[in-house]
Amino acid sequence: MENSKRSAAEKADFKRELTEVVPHLRAFARGLCGRPDMADDLVQETMLKAWAAQERFEPGTSMRAWTFVILRNAYLTDMRRNRFRGEYDEGVAERILTAPAGQEEPIHLSDMHRALLTLPPERREALLLVGAGGFSYEEAANICGCAVGTIKSRVGRARAALTSMLEDGDIPQRSIGDARAHRAILQELDDVAAGKGIATKV
Amino acid sequence: MNDNETPNQRHNADDGDTTVDQPEWADGLRQLYDSVVDEPLPDSFKDLLSKLDDKS
Repeated sequence: MENSKRSAAEKADFKRELTEVVPHLRAFARGLCGRPDMADDLVQETMLKAWAAQERFEPGTSMRAWTFVILRNAYLTDMRRNRFRGEYDEGVAERILTAPAGQEEPIHLSDMHRALLTLPPERREALLLVGAGGFSYEEAANICGCAVGTIKSRVGRARAALTSMLEDGDIPQRSIGDARAHRAILQELDDVAAGKGIATKV
Repeated sequence: MNDNETPNQRHNADDGDTTVDQPEWADGLRQLYDSVVDEPLPDSFKDLLSKLDDKS
């Protein structure tokens, strides 16, 4: 690594900003891969990659968007190696994803998370970025390396699917374990991966 | 954290005019995300961060 080009102060700034986005990386990773332990492994991998690639980070731009690209690509790589199979730990999710007190009609966050995990990965990530992470369509398109219209379409389809599942209470328990669904997901992953370009223009 | 990077682009913001097509569960999605953001950071992350400086 040619980190020597960066001054100590710049490296300190980078580290501070990286530290600040770690909770967001954990949230994004948890949404992507479901299992908290795997999600945290993914975040640690992302932090190491980001640190090693810090020369390519342009100070003043969004650290969150930049690191999300790295996390996303690490996730796709791991998915293709079959490390994550959308395994879902009911007990853990139930415990962690409890709705804050004061909710008028409590949303069953564990149901939502399970429904989220049944979505094809590219729709899931689009919805996570826009609907949960608060990124604009443009920012999400940059992170995913695709057109803004594509992101809008993916978010729309993801929302429609979630609405249908949550309102009908029809959330597949093990749809990702289903062989047919799994094949479809892998096929879609090929399409998603085709559009990836790590941190080249973020 | 960096939540104010995109103050006008938080689609779930109370007064955002992009919320018209938000389904009822939309706020839950944000809660799902925020519930993880608000978790205390496990020690393993603090350890990793403290070791980064040696990895140059």
